[in-house]
Amino acid sequence: MTAFVDIEDVTLVYKGASGGVHALDRFGVSLQKGEFAAVVGPSGCGKSSLMKLVTGLLPPDFGKIAIDGTPVRGPVKMAGMAFQNPNLLPWRKVIDNVLLPLEIVQPHRSRFRREKERYREEAKALLATVGLDGFAERFPWELSGGMQQRVSLCRALIHQPALLMLDEPFAALDAFTREELWCVLRDLWQKIGFTVILVTHDLREATFLADRIHMMSARPGRLVLTKEIPFPRPRPIEVCYEAAFTDIVHELRAKIGEVRKG
Amino acid sequence: MNTHTIERLSPWLFTIAMFLIWEVVCRAFRVDPFILPAPSQIFVAMAQYWWPLAKNSFVTLWTTLAGFALAVVFGIVLGIVVGWSRTIYRGLYPVMIGFNSVPKVAVVPILVIWFGIGEIPAILTAFLISFFPIVVNVATGLSTIEPELEDVLRALGAKKLDIMLKIGIPRTQPYLFGSLKVAITLAFVGTVVSETIAANAGLGFLMVQAGSNFQMPLVFAGLLLLAAEGIIMYAVFAYIESYFVGWAFRSSMSAAG
Repeated sequence: MTAFVDIEDVTLVYKGASGGVHALDRFGVSLQKGEFAAVVGPSGCGKSSLMKLVTGLLPPDFGKIAIDGTPVRGPVKMAGMAFQNPNLLPWRKVIDNVLLPLEIVQPHRSRFRREKERYREEAKALLATVGLDGFAERFPWELSGGMQQRVSLCRALIHQPALLMLDEPFAALDAFTREELWCVLRDLWQKIGFTVILVTHDLREATFLADRIHMMSARPGRLVLTKEIPFPRPRPIEVCYEAAFTDIVHELRAKIGEVRKG
Repeated sequence: MNTHTIERLSPWLFTIAMFLIWEVVCRAFRVDPFILPAPSQIFVAMAQYWWPLAKNSFVTLWTTLAGFALAVVFGIVLGIVVGWSRTIYRGLYPVMIGFNSVPKVAVVPILVIWFGIGEIPAILTAFLISFFPIVVNVATGLSTIEPELEDVLRALGAKKLDIMLKIGIPRTQPYLFGSLKVAITLAFVGTVVSETIAANAGLGFLMVQAGSNFQMPLVFAGLLLLAAEGIIMYAVFAYIESYFVGWAFRSSMSAAG
């Protein structure tokens, strides 16, 4: 079986006025279709560059990236993205924020006007699955941070992307809301079955959600280790409080400590 | 009276208080009306010369609005062009700053040579002085789109035009409407500057005439009417702003204005 996302020996150097910044160095991972992968590493290890490379916003200097067997050259148009900041548009209601990708991406774009009602129903159903039933007609600033992040997830998923790219999506939330949203994401993933690359600083988050964790070194980012997470699916949140879980987190924590020292 | 009522009335109260203090000071120190006329004398002059004041106020108002309308159209177009790309932004910015630094008083004689004495130099001066804040604000709104949001859309295959239409232009509106409030008051300055130098109508012209006849109360009457027109137009645009971009006052973008 060939990999769905294949990142092979990728090197990326940002050219700046004061010399280049070596962001990634011969970095490589591959994901099966439907896999939930987490990428962890010390800050400034080029995780965000990875997001741009995989979605085709930035070409690598060396190496190859392929999605579903096709080399990435330019924006992939099949990825959903969400970031730490929900980045909702304050002049649009929640539902119109969710619908935004459909106004851009084909084939929905040309159907959007004609089939607006159907799309609105889809968006409402998606909002309901993340627990935002009845919030469609609200404005983003009427929502709490956690709710805004749920809307952001819906926006990333409305066009049914095969690949979801998450860049520390829960980092700005409080601990309780964060765990709640872990479960929201887990349930969405289990229900819809997209492939996920989750970039995070939070080792518990990575361990709870991911099938495999890829650890990166400090800049330039290299792959240090890949860890399989053996817990069976569906995973209840209680997993986080088991000894085996804590062992994995500790092991990763120790490794990150080594990597940071360089 | 509760605090809410007081807050609502406070602009009126402060204005009345200002006139009262002015009146009292003029009377108490017996200020020569030729130096500073008391408000009562100004209001008498207003009643006495109501027709020329009304006529010239109207001229000033329409020339200002005409210049301002030009500034809005031109300012939005140029703002979009400048905000569109970093290269244009960097290229045009020094030119615009230089242009804005030129005192418009110095430009009026040139306009008079080109277009003759009358309303056209006034309209053009109002335009020249008021388009700059509009350009800067529109360009700022467009060029400060959150990079992550841009990434979200670009990853979906959005073109520059899509990003501008879906995000840039709506998010620029609070900046635009905020700048209109500033621009309209500047437009009055432009009109009156031109009227005082070369015109045969308008409040600026009237004030110069009254001044050369030593009718100081009438000069001040002109000033007060000018201030009143400025306040009214500002209020109109503040209302339009809150009507169209009320969302910006509620969200984190409220700093934009």
